[in-house]
Amino acid sequence: MDNKGRIIAVLTNVAKKAPPSDADESLFDSGYLDSFALPDMVAELEREFQIKIPDSDLNPRKFETISRIENYVGGRT
Amino acid sequence: MAVLKGFGAYLPSRIVTNQEIGALVGRTPEWILEVSGIEERRYAAPDESIADMALAAAEDCLKGAGIAAADLGMVIVSSGSAERRFPGPAATVASRLGIAGVPALDVPMASAGGLFGMVLASELTGGHGNVLVVASEKMSAIAAREPMDPGIAILFGDGAGACVIGTGGGGPAILDSVLHSDGSFAEDLHLEFEAPLSMNGRSVIMQASRKIPAAIGELLGRNQTPASAIRIFLMHQANQNLIDRVARALEVEPAKFYSNIRTYGNTSSASMLIAASEWWQSNRLNKDDLICFAVFGAGFHWGAMLVEG
Repeated sequence: MDNKGRIIAVLTNVAKKAPPSDADESLFDSGYLDSFALPDMVAELEREFQIKIPDSDLNPRKFETISRIENYVGGRT
Repeated sequence: MAVLKGFGAYLPSRIVTNQEIGALVGRTPEWILEVSGIEERRYAAPDESIADMALAAAEDCLKGAGIAAADLGMVIVSSGSAERRFPGPAATVASRLGIAGVPALDVPMASAGGLFGMVLASELTGGHGNVLVVASEKMSAIAAREPMDPGIAILFGDGAGACVIGTGGGGPAILDSVLHSDGSFAEDLHLEFEAPLSMNGRSVIMQASRKIPAAIGELLGRNQTPASAIRIFLMHQANQNLIDRVARALEVEPAKFYSNIRTYGNTSSASMLIAASEWWQSNRLNKDDLICFAVFGAGFHWGAMLVEG
């Protein structure tokens, strides 16, 4: 599975529903994730991609869309 | 070793329900309860100042601890919602306690100020004797600033909490503490004079969700204490969902995290001391019982303190 597929699986696991089909749609503004699901998503991404995301990288904008998440984890793996 | 000699609190009498605040910001009471765990909060009277509330909490604390104001060697008052730039409320509180001349220090720090004040007091008590720490907030005046943001207006309430820290004479001992600050997040939660409070809620929640458990873990780790050994966690009452999340991160049952946010809302730096005062009134601390305090707030500032009965 490619990174995008793994991210979609993480999101589905956290939100218990499929994410927006548009990879550039805001996961927050669309109502898909609320603020309290964000830390869960980050923890799941760390687990899935075997990375440690430092607190200094925890800018919500970096995790706002599937594309941005893909860019971030692509640069870390 | 510094010891806790007593706690006190003051809550204004006016109850503001979710119905009332919800009508002002276009949200239902059920929505407010779901996103925050808050059902009602207290608002101070228009002419009730931060120093007024601080004094009431201080007097409640001194009465409960059986300590005369004249036996205080220092006063520390934290507030992130002080009415003016200077002087802060600390000197006023000391004067109104009848101890003008005793050094009084302001800690202009929201949310985390109560714990930072306690740690400061534990360091200073050796040279100053009994140190009174008060945290007092009038957040209603800030939450009501136009334009009202529903995500902010629903959260906050007013109140004050207090404690006395001294040395000797018995009382729960302050074993250790950790404090941290990171100014790179200063813009994510800030308040300018006469402007509405500005909060990047997602950033605050994400950072708090990680930093509070990390601080507690750091503190307990270096004291070789598992989280399961803590009798009660007394945390800044920011949001019930955040309190539950911290409990989950530490793999501790939520009931071990004292919560009164349902009835008082988020009273910023006062919240942890109000929670401690309430818990102290209705519980007996046994010898060897461990208590863990924890805070997170604008700055960002965060930390934790370990106390043994």
